[in-house]
Amino acid sequence: MMFNQESRRLLLQGNEAIAHGALAAGCRFFAGYPITPATEIAELMAAELPKVDGTFIQMEDEIASMAAIIGASLTGVKSMTATSGPGFSLMQENLGYACIAEVPCVVVNVMRGGPSTGLPTCPSQGDVQMARWGTHGDHPVIVLATSSVSDSFSITVKAFNLSEQYRVPVILLSDEVVAHTRECVQLPEQKTIRVVDRIRPSVPPDWYKPYEGDTRGVPHMAAFGDGYRHHVTGLVHDEYGFPTQRPSEVLQFQQRLTKKITRGFADIMITRGFMLEDAEVAVIAYGSVARSALKAVEDARKQGVKAGLLQLITLFPFPRSQVTPVLEQCRAVLVPEMNMGQISREVQRVNQNRCVVAKHNRIDGQFITPNEIHGHLIKL
Amino acid sequence: MSVSAQAIRHEYLRHNKKFPHVWCPGCGNGIVMAALLRAVYRMELSKDEVVLASGIGCSGRMPTYLDFNTLHTTHGRALTYATGVKLANPALNVVAIMGDGDATAIGGNHFIHAARRNLNLTAIIINNSIYGMTGGQYSPTTPFGSTSTTSLYGHIEHAFSIAELAVTAGASFVARATVFHGELLDRLIEQAMEKRGFAVVEVISNCHVQYGRRNKLGNAVEMLQSFKENSVTVTRAAKLSAEELEGKTTVGVLTDREMPISTEEYQKVRQRASTTKGKV
Ligand SMILES: Cc1ncc(C[n+]2csc(CCOP(=O)(O)OP(=O)(O)O)c2C)c(N)n1
Ligand code: SF4
Repeated sequence: MMFNQESRRLLLQGNEAIAHGALAAGCRFFAGYPITPATEIAELMAAELPKVDGTFIQMEDEIASMAAIIGASLTGVKSMTATSGPGFSLMQENLGYACIAEVPCVVVNVMRGGPSTGLPTCPSQGDVQMARWGTHGDHPVIVLATSSVSDSFSITVKAFNLSEQYRVPVILLSDEVVAHTRECVQLPEQKTIRVVDRIRPSVPPDWYKPYEGDTRGVPHMAAFGDGYRHHVTGLVHDEYGFPTQRPSEVLQFQQRLTKKITRGFADIMITRGFMLEDAEVAVIAYGSVARSALKAVEDARKQGVKAGLLQLITLFPFPRSQVTPVLEQCRAVLVPEMNMGQISREVQRVNQNRCVVAKHNRIDGQFITPNEIHGHLIKL
Repeated sequence: MSVSAQAIRHEYLRHNKKFPHVWCPGCGNGIVMAALLRAVYRMELSKDEVVLASGIGCSGRMPTYLDFNTLHTTHGRALTYATGVKLANPALNVVAIMGDGDATAIGGNHFIHAARRNLNLTAIIINNSIYGMTGGQYSPTTPFGSTSTTSLYGHIEHAFSIAELAVTAGASFVARATVFHGELLDRLIEQAMEKRGFAVVEVISNCHVQYGRRNKLGNAVEMLQSFKENSVTVTRAAKLSAEELEGKTTVGVLTDREMPISTEEYQKVRQRASTTKGKV
């Protein structure tokens, strides 16, 4: 049975939309461990995956969940897990494994207040830098953020596509507000959805070098059982997949990992601009806060303030090429976040004193309202 | 089938790369590896259908050398990766190879849950009573009173019996051998791989370098000799009193039982989900 043959109008919460997006992208394996506010993703996957010949498993913890999705992906099956802060902490070691062994998979983190058990039912954006740097070592990773129910569907599809295309884990950040808000959405027809699959080797097994990058720096990926027997390891490895400590091979490997992402910047960095054409002040925002920001910008426009919004969908690699023009054009930008400034520091890094970068932070477990942003924006 | 042992090894070793191996001369890991290869050979499995997953440790290096689909994972997690592989492609014959620390310290929770879950997987645990790779620290199977680099003054904790732990946690098949018992080991690994359900083979092995030396247990040969002397078969053990069994290792099949296998049960879930409203 094909999932979602017909275009459907549904009342969904963000978490459900993520599950629908994953299924539409071809996800057929989910492993997870219950945690607020992400649990509904697992529940929907548990209900739907068996209907499409997929597999759901509730593992004993998030370490195991992350490992299981990597194992499944190695057999050629698109896979995903979903969690929140404490579980995301547990996933970090195996997330690094997915980076070094270049195993496509999608990890959803529905952010809640932290650290530790923190504020389980309150929204937060406290895991942004962790999503980028949580696992040890220099590593490539793609981090996307969703801001609405319909985004939760389409950005999840995008997350799978990027992960297959670049053979990297993609981290999808949602937050408690997006996760539990219900909105009416029109899910697109399956045949209109662009679904990308990893490239399988075209050479005969004897010629196959499992970790030789193609022109994009991305190795072609055989599935276990396909006849392309190969070795997969978390040790730094050569093109054949075997451990190496030879400096030239180590360097070549590490550079390829980074460059495959760098080469794809234009493809990977996704942002949305609103009313930026003539903007003199702008808000740079992501996740649920971007929706408050849009309302704030509209209100400011009504008062004659030339305000605009740059919404970041891709948080990492940080979309410098889209942020820089805004910094060059505007007198000031405001970065509202439900953390102490995890993206504003990125904005400041690329700003190089071009304009004023103002922060607006909330860490009391409460959502940032349009009024708050508006009040701050018109003072800039 | 009078193919020589050497020919079998030759068939399954990876020749293109990465020899010599990392193991110390005389290490029991090689004995376990050869027994595994003989089992694969006798079962006439194609190399393409075998997946060998390992964790981190000396034992964890085994997959590197073997011409299967091989997966060298993170410390303690071999079974969790193997679970993903097996569930996503149940046609593959999946074996997880682990050290004692790997399987019962950092991976202890995964181990008991894998046993409870009953996937059709084989777990081989090479129990050398020590953390070999990191240089001889105590593990969950280091005996009370013995010496390691982190228990210089005598170990004060009590050891797990891995096989008994697996029985209690619900594994379908549980067996134990030592690296001295070559033929028994061959047979048990084959039985475990043939078993439909979660099958565990605990192999008592020698780390004469990090454990034997510090505890004055002699070289590899002397350690194997003591494995021979200290072992009793399951049948004989049944006739011995608790006192007589003190300090002995029971070898043979501890449990062999039929239980629903979760990959097959999940197939039923798929049918139920598609035909009814998802409820039983
Ligand atoms: C998360 C993590 N912690 C610690 C280590 C370091 N480490 C590597 S191997 C090992 C223990 C190995 O002992 P065992 O599992 O008994 O296998 P053996 O080396 O004896 O075969 C440890 C602690 C690691 N690799 N990863
Ligand atoms: S340290 Fe011990 S377990 Fe490791 S290879 Fe040497 S003898 Fe074997």
